[in-house]
Amino acid sequence: MRDVVVIGAGMTKFGELWGQSIKDIFVEAALKAIEDAGVDHIDSMYVGAMSSGLFVGQEHLGAVMADYLGVNPIPATHVESACASGGAAFRQAFFEVASGASEIVLASGVEKMTDGADVTEVLATAADQEYEVYHGITFPGLYALIARAHMEQFGTTREQLAAVAVKNHRNGSKNPNAQFRNEVTVEQVMKSTMVADPLRLLDCSPVSDGAAAVIVASMDVAKKLKRNPIRVIASAQASDTIALHGRKTLTTLNSVVKAAEKAYKMADKKPKDMNLVEVHDCFTIAEIVATEDLGLFEKGKGGEAAANGWTSIECKMIPVNTSGGLKSKGHPVGATGIAQIIELYEQLNGTAGARQVPNAHVAMAQNMGGSGASCVIHILEVK
Amino acid sequence: MIGIVGYGAYLPRYRIKSEVIAHQWGADPEAIQRGLMLSEKTVPGQDEDTITISVAAAKNALSRAQINPKEIGAVYIGSESHPYAVKPSGTILIDALGIGPHVHVASYEFACKAGTEAMYVAYSHVKAGEMKYAMGIGADTSQGAPGDALEYSASAGGAAFIMGNQRVAAEILYTHSYTSDTPDFWRREGEMYPRHAGRFTGDPAYFKHVMGAGKALLEKSKLSPKDFAYAVFHMPNGKFPQEAGKRLGFTKQQLEVGWIVPWMGNTYSGSSPTGLTAILDVAKPGDLIFMVSFGSGAGSDGFIFRVTDEITKVQDRAPKTRDYLDRSKIYLNYGEYAKFRNKIKLND
Repeated sequence: MRDVVVIGAGMTKFGELWGQSIKDIFVEAALKAIEDAGVDHIDSMYVGAMSSGLFVGQEHLGAVMADYLGVNPIPATHVESACASGGAAFRQAFFEVASGASEIVLASGVEKMTDGADVTEVLATAADQEYEVYHGITFPGLYALIARAHMEQFGTTREQLAAVAVKNHRNGSKNPNAQFRNEVTVEQVMKSTMVADPLRLLDCSPVSDGAAAVIVASMDVAKKLKRNPIRVIASAQASDTIALHGRKTLTTLNSVVKAAEKAYKMADKKPKDMNLVEVHDCFTIAEIVATEDLGLFEKGKGGEAAANGWTSIECKMIPVNTSGGLKSKGHPVGATGIAQIIELYEQLNGTAGARQVPNAHVAMAQNMGGSGASCVIHILEVK
Repeated sequence: MIGIVGYGAYLPRYRIKSEVIAHQWGADPEAIQRGLMLSEKTVPGQDEDTITISVAAAKNALSRAQINPKEIGAVYIGSESHPYAVKPSGTILIDALGIGPHVHVASYEFACKAGTEAMYVAYSHVKAGEMKYAMGIGADTSQGAPGDALEYSASAGGAAFIMGNQRVAAEILYTHSYTSDTPDFWRREGEMYPRHAGRFTGDPAYFKHVMGAGKALLEKSKLSPKDFAYAVFHMPNGKFPQEAGKRLGFTKQQLEVGWIVPWMGNTYSGSSPTGLTAILDVAKPGDLIFMVSFGSGAGSDGFIFRVTDEITKVQDRAPKTRDYLDRSKIYLNYGEYAKFRNKIKLND
């Protein structure tokens, strides 16, 4: 496979974008990415979205968005892998360029969640309908089970969960595209409304609208355009049982472990080589488990790491979710995986502003679908 | 001088506490109290509806105005809970109070704004010289689906205002309305409970319209918030009117008297009108009052009133709004509340 680079990025602000349609936000992000890359065309495009059919009654997003972006008749495909749809779309673009089939591909993600659909019900379609949803459980409930098990097995505390939200809100306060730019305290998190014991409102990522897009290209194109070559040095994906009860343990997300193994091998890197990591913190417990399963911390120590500040930008140990994560930046599900790549792109470009990690040259993004049934991991590097 | 010559409010004496509703649905009472700033709400008695509430409020308004009911040329009742889908509420009221039959009567509906709509049209008739007096009423026995956030707020009550051009107690100096097609809250024909678009009811709906009307009123009048003794806004919960007041530049002290929602709930079409009656009960001659209503769908009506010397004569002629809020209350448990609100359905 030949070298693949990211040469441009664009995203909307994440939040309640009531004045814009799903088409509007997609086009805004895509045009920003195209302009940032400085390309005069794209060869094909992928649109990651989890459930636009249920959220806004619109499917066939590849064709819809190609039409409104004004790029017909290029190939345009909708990619769905629940909350990992964005990461999966990026992976398709990566392969298309790596294989030599295309030179310039747009990888994007979009979701419009605030237009009136019952969001919890729509998101629950990513869980096992027969064995989980039928019995009334939703995603906060599933992650609450994981949290309870983690607390029981490793002594993870309520305060440690809160520390993840506190850190991510602090990072998000420095991100102009974040939905919530306010900082929160451990006390506020622990006193927020109970959602699914032990998870409270401030442990949960919000309901968001948003779109994100990047331009993936061959090294030849990057050189011609004189772009800082930010290489995609690993693209890995893994799956796990759709329902929690099918797993040997609730406290390890095997898809994350397996995708990470593949990614490190492909990139020829180790966890300690990462300068920063974006993880899928749909709930605070998800960040704790992900940091362990990515090998950044020993199993069971993720909570301690968060509480000790080892994942903060300031600590310089291994900054996690410098963008604010899903918790503070927002979680328009289909756009999340691409927004993670954008954070890596900005950090490696040195354009992350107040949340810049000094001398960042290797970064990883972990995007997850459902309660861990899908996981997509990418590692980017700049030399 | 044209304005309010008589006003009156009415609130049922039944109450249910927010914590009782929260307990019923397994919600966190503290979070409700913090988020909505509501401690209890009025509940209509089993023999009360929008018409009886309107009659009681209008009777108080007549007591204050001390006019011949036959001289009232129009009666408008704004509500989203008119007891009949087809049959005016106002006809029962005029017969009960000796108004008419030479009178124009209509039922208005504009979600929570129907009361100020009735006030605005009544005022306009007098201003146009069409009639000596006209009455505008806002009253509701509003509906909230069991377990919905609205159940903590949807309450019962109303206020009536007689507009005229003699012995005016509160002159209307300026009005301004602000309206757009914003579907934040609705109830279709035949549905028992309204539906709402969650957080969309906030910024793009309530705040956009309240701020739109409020700012225009301030510009039109060339007055600034500090010129006013009192301000009152539509009160769907405790938080929204305080936030709207803050954004427009009013202080908590200016809002305090009209901010009766924590103990009354949201009386929908009667919400800002009952807030206004609570203010008129204590206002002094010369006081300026700022008022902006809000109705989903969506729109806001704004008024600026100047209280006159007449106010002191009329204030004590009828029960005050605070009397209704504080008088011997009867607290219901959830079962009684469900029975009172006809939430328990039997076979025909």
